[in-house]
Amino acid sequence: MRVVQPRPPAALPPTGLTDLDLQSEVAVAARHRGPSPWHLFLVPMSLLMAFPFIWMVVTSVSTRAETRRFPPQLPHAIQWHTFVEAWTSAPFAQWLLNTTVVAVASVVGNVVLCSLAGYALARLRFIGSNVAFLLILATLMVPFQVVMIPTLLIVRGFGLVDTLGALIVPNLVTPFGIFLLRQFFKTLPVEIEEAARIDGASRLGTLVKIVLPQMKAPLATVAIMTLLWRWNDFLWPLIVITSPDKMTLPLGLATFQGAHSINLPLLMAGTLMSQLPMLVVFVVAQRWFVQSLASSGIKG
Amino acid sequence: MGAPGAGLDVVGESSARRASRRERLLASENLAGWAFTSPAMLLVAVFGLAPIIWSVVLSFQRNNLLSGGTWIGFKNYERLMQDPLFAHSVRLTVLYTALFVPISIALALLCAIALNRKLRFIRLYRTAIFLPVVASTVAEAILFNWLLDPYFGIVNYALVKLGIPAQGFFQSPSQALYAIVAMTVWGWLGFCVIIYLAALQGIPKELVEAAAIDGATRWRIFRRVELPLLGPTTLFLVIYLSINSLQLFDEIYVTTRGGPLNATLVVVYYLYQQAFQFFEAGYATAIAYVLFLGILILTIAQLLIGRRFVHYRS
Repeated sequence: MRVVQPRPPAALPPTGLTDLDLQSEVAVAARHRGPSPWHLFLVPMSLLMAFPFIWMVVTSVSTRAETRRFPPQLPHAIQWHTFVEAWTSAPFAQWLLNTTVVAVASVVGNVVLCSLAGYALARLRFIGSNVAFLLILATLMVPFQVVMIPTLLIVRGFGLVDTLGALIVPNLVTPFGIFLLRQFFKTLPVEIEEAARIDGASRLGTLVKIVLPQMKAPLATVAIMTLLWRWNDFLWPLIVITSPDKMTLPLGLATFQGAHSINLPLLMAGTLMSQLPMLVVFVVAQRWFVQSLASSGIKG
Repeated sequence: MGAPGAGLDVVGESSARRASRRERLLASENLAGWAFTSPAMLLVAVFGLAPIIWSVVLSFQRNNLLSGGTWIGFKNYERLMQDPLFAHSVRLTVLYTALFVPISIALALLCAIALNRKLRFIRLYRTAIFLPVVASTVAEAILFNWLLDPYFGIVNYALVKLGIPAQGFFQSPSQALYAIVAMTVWGWLGFCVIIYLAALQGIPKELVEAAAIDGATRWRIFRRVELPLLGPTTLFLVIYLSINSLQLFDEIYVTTRGGPLNATLVVVYYLYQQAFQFFEAGYATAIAYVLFLGILILTIAQLLIGRRFVHYRS
């Protein structure tokens, strides 16, 4: 998913986040009379949405000849070896490692630095806090394309071009994360923090031990949004990375497509392998993903 | 009577002490405030603010990214005004946005209403519709490139079965942009459905029940109760999707590279070409600023129009 400059969310009360958990719904289904007509819409719609994935799997286990036929046919025998071939014909393992390193470093950076900054901007009155907040809002508004070329020159000045550092350092903190967490910190009651302070806890201690435990949902939102953005980012890596061994999965996959655009089983096997980690994470942690996406959009 | 004087003294002393306590507290808040914000602000300054200022300078330069660049005043912007290819790219981007945003929103609303029900297999339906959210744009483009292959693609097979002749899709100048619309709707639908579903579940049940007791039909409940309450969400999605669709790039890069015959040469792809194929960094940055202006104007217009139709619950 491409998410560019996020907007300040529309105003809805912070209680607007709803639990998309499905467990309570099973009981009600029992008194349903006959199948609902909505199935007539949902079955084709689900198939339509899932079909590109299904066709990817089917193609990846076909032979090359089977993909060069019209009408298309299902494979006669399943060709597992295509996956071995794809895995060895491009450094997928290296790309997966690079993407993981970049994503994890960015997630940790964002969670820590955005918490600190967001907390200070929400709670502490210090000289220049308003200016700092306005500047953060300003960077939030500007599309990436405007700053892309100067950022490249700055990263080049630091000698980071064609290193993972170029993908990590500019993304260690996102104005969106600071903004989002600041808004959430503001909704928390201040009394507990004051009590902790009076009892002699330090500011950092109060933040870490008292405040952040109440912020699990927004912190998960920042973590998941950062993960998705970094994991799937394409334009920035395309500009700063040239060596195959420094590429992330999307960029690596694009070069893989360039090299094997007519070998469709190989291309689909590579695409499947590159998407599998995130698809698995999503299916396992669907509830967290869904809630995070929902709250990033409409919670303020 | 010493009591009032003594009282005054106490007040005076305590207010002085309070003032010094306040000063100390403020000083410590200053220190803590900056200690907490400075790591983030340093990064924002270097990778957020400095590039914004630098890009202003860059847009007044001829710059090939290698040497220093020469000051040429408003020449980049003047050239932009007379560049027929840029005008073409703006038209394409506007057309793309005008198609992509309403289609995504209408389809997402329909899906969210369907998914907001206690049905069998609902978990399966939801997973299928949400799944493209995590697919990367590159993977999305590779998959659709194959599905929409003019010669061996499964979509053409389906069309032929239905008695419709095979189409060129990405390879046809008259169809490529529409194929891009279809592909990106697939990629974005899950996100929009998630947002709508959360909003639907946030609607108080009493409101719907009250309308039902008053004898409203399902359709009237939707039209008169639920739809107005979804207003803020719709406005958010319109703005968010518009901003993103004006910045369309990844899918174009992987599928059509602006072709065939510039049929999908959207603004950001044109910008990318200028910067990294023709090494016209100054000109590319001027394009970026015009894009920024366009996004800003469209967003403000949408907010103003939205304010007339959207009602917030307070």
